[in-house]
Amino acid sequence: MHGTPPPDAAARPPVVAPLRGQGRATVAVAVGGALGALARWGVGLGLPTTPGAFPWGTFLINVSGCLAIGVLLVVVTELRTAHPLVRPFLATGVLGGFTTFSTFSVDAQHLLLGGHVGLAVAYLAGTLVAAVAATWLGAAAARRFGR
Amino acid sequence: MTPLLVVLGAAVGAPARYLTDRLVQSRHATGFPWGTFTINVVGSFVLGTVAGAATSPAVTALVGTGFCGALTTYSTFGWETVGLAREGRRLLAVLNAVGSVMAGLGAAGLGLAVGTTL
Repeated sequence: MHGTPPPDAAARPPVVAPLRGQGRATVAVAVGGALGALARWGVGLGLPTTPGAFPWGTFLINVSGCLAIGVLLVVVTELRTAHPLVRPFLATGVLGGFTTFSTFSVDAQHLLLGGHVGLAVAYLAGTLVAAVAATWLGAAAARRFGR
Repeated sequence: MTPLLVVLGAAVGAPARYLTDRLVQSRHATGFPWGTFTINVVGSFVLGTVAGAATSPAVTALVGTGFCGALTTYSTFGWETVGLAREGRRLLAVLNAVGSVMAGLGAAGLGLAVGTTL
């Protein structure tokens, strides 16, 4: 059996050192992520999450970040030729650091544990639907008007 | 002090997401965004643990707002979900959307329970 590839080898992507040559991109993600997180922290100061209430701050952060990534990624991957560090810095870094899935999950769980089941379901479903719709809207608008 | 801790945590969390996603996505060919899924679930668990343990404001800023907030992402999750739907893989898109939310919620609950016992 030595030298025989596993039967599903053809179905796998070639593993060609996925982290090689990623130094500059990784730094761009770190700097962008720090800026995005700082902006998220700032929004949280203005719109703090209070127990038993709909987390509007995180909701607006996640939906606006999704709208922005829809526009941005269509522009840099379909409409323009961008510098190779633009996507790691702005999309993976700034917008990835700005939006958050962990706070979304923990805030929803706090609402559930506090007995605010309806509010928790509204928050979970409302964020999901609004965020996915915003991503789609941003991408569609960029394709429509960005040329 | 707090903004500096947020920046430090995020400067580690965001690149950890980038590199983890590249590693995970290079190891399967299913078309499912397992990288982002895994990161969001793990990050929800860690933040739940931090929140449950009622740590100091400094730890919350560094590990919670900074590291976990930047490790996890809603924007890439949204982009990948819309991408699956646009490719006509609607079932995978729905599974990613609903699966991520349910798994993240469960992981956060587990983290809160673990953190409370610490």
